[in-house]
Amino acid sequence: MTVADSGRSRGRYGLAQAARMEWIKLRSLRSTWWTLAITAAGTVSIGVAVGVDTVNPSSDVTNNSLAGLIPGLLLVGALGVLTMTSEYSSGMIRSTLAAIPRRPLVLAGKAVVFGGVALAVGEVASFASFLAGSAALRHGIPAPALSQPGVLRAVMLSGVGFCLIGLLGLGLGAIIRHSAAALAVLVGGVYVAATFIGNISHAVAVYTPIIIVGNSLSTTKPETCGGGSASCPHLLSAWTGLGVLCLWAAIPLVLGGWMLARRDA
Amino acid sequence: MIEIEKLTKRYGPMVAVDALSVDVRPGTVTGFLGPNGSGKSTTMRLILGLDVPDSGRVLIGGRRYRELRWPLREVGALLEAKAFHPGRSARSHLAALAASNDIPAARVDEVLAIVGLDGAARRRAGTFSLGMAQRLGIAAALLGDPGVLLLDEPVNGLDPEGVRWIRDLMKNLAAEGRTVFVSSHLISEMALAADRLVVIGRGRLLADTTVAELSARSASLEDAFLQLTSGAADYQTAVGHTRRSS
Repeated sequence: MTVADSGRSRGRYGLAQAARMEWIKLRSLRSTWWTLAITAAGTVSIGVAVGVDTVNPSSDVTNNSLAGLIPGLLLVGALGVLTMTSEYSSGMIRSTLAAIPRRPLVLAGKAVVFGGVALAVGEVASFASFLAGSAALRHGIPAPALSQPGVLRAVMLSGVGFCLIGLLGLGLGAIIRHSAAALAVLVGGVYVAATFIGNISHAVAVYTPIIIVGNSLSTTKPETCGGGSASCPHLLSAWTGLGVLCLWAAIPLVLGGWMLARRDA
Repeated sequence: MIEIEKLTKRYGPMVAVDALSVDVRPGTVTGFLGPNGSGKSTTMRLILGLDVPDSGRVLIGGRRYRELRWPLREVGALLEAKAFHPGRSARSHLAALAASNDIPAARVDEVLAIVGLDGAARRRAGTFSLGMAQRLGIAAALLGDPGVLLLDEPVNGLDPEGVRWIRDLMKNLAAEGRTVFVSSHLISEMALAADRLVVIGRGRLLADTTVAELSARSASLEDAFLQLTSGAADYQTAVGHTRRSS
């Protein structure tokens, strides 16, 4: 060994290095692949079950086949949380931050890598659910085709929604840092609170992440729950819903990055 | 070269590091000694930018840690024994760190061989004994072939053979011209491993000296150390008063 020659290397670490580190970290944990495999398999199974169960040919059969994404969101959100909080519970965070001292880059690297993997898995799960759910339909119920209006959009945006909920989890993990607390906020905030709000105010509920994924992104047509009465406003359109969901992911990530840079590790 | 300049860190009302100024020079092993809770680990964390000081600064080769271009190639650090994810193999842990600083992947196998973990490279690090975990931490510190090494209590959990190994390693690293800054609360180990000694108590500098100088002050190095740090510990022991008085 010789003393490091400081002139040997040019440039400086940046997002590319942070992302390569995070990619090796993510792929080298068995729990990553188990969680993603179970999520994808569960999503497709529920799509098949709902397909078999569909009796009304005029219902949104595409939306039915994508029903399995909703429970899958919980798992990808939890995986996003753990991608950050497991660094704190294990002590790995100190190795990570010593390697990449410009801390927002660490979170950006995680967002790029985990977001990319979650998007790929989300799209595979969506398309597989759509195809399997359609194939499982009973006789007499016509299967939707990707060429029909809104169908391709619904299937694709469902996968994007899957990725964005994962990123929301990642941001929560960066803010809260403790696995149990961050998971509680994810489940309590995204699922329980959304259901609770839905029961008091439909107007607010349409902006909550689960309603957006379930009723704006994964549908072929904007649904209304009947007659445009005051208690039942229109759900967000697919593209408005996508924009709001992007904010749901971006705000915790930006806040988490800011807090990561300011706090002692 | 590490330049610590008037470094102060408070946690609430407690002052962990109090206006500490020390230069740690290359080519020698500098021991960092103090009782438990004297601020050694906090100082190490401040050097690495993991904690932000309330005032003062640390320069490594003239730069703050956060300004380093390739931090792992300039500074290698062993902090607490377990700064890795238990589910990841030793090799994957080191490969991830190597990727973060554009260190060639071949270097991972080199450092695994240096610390004697080549046979356990594919095992999940969570199954490692404390001694193996220390060796993995040292492998991570050596990964970037850095000119500055920070080792916080490196002999913790090592068997006698491991203690001698780390001592020889530190001496060799210093002989190659590197800066080696090693903390310990074990005065006897520092007497064997270090040339220079920086002694702190309650976050303040008590002595910046050599092993020979400090030993000359008292009957033994241990006596000199205890005299120096008496009153600076975060506890009090009443020697000779273990019998119940009646």
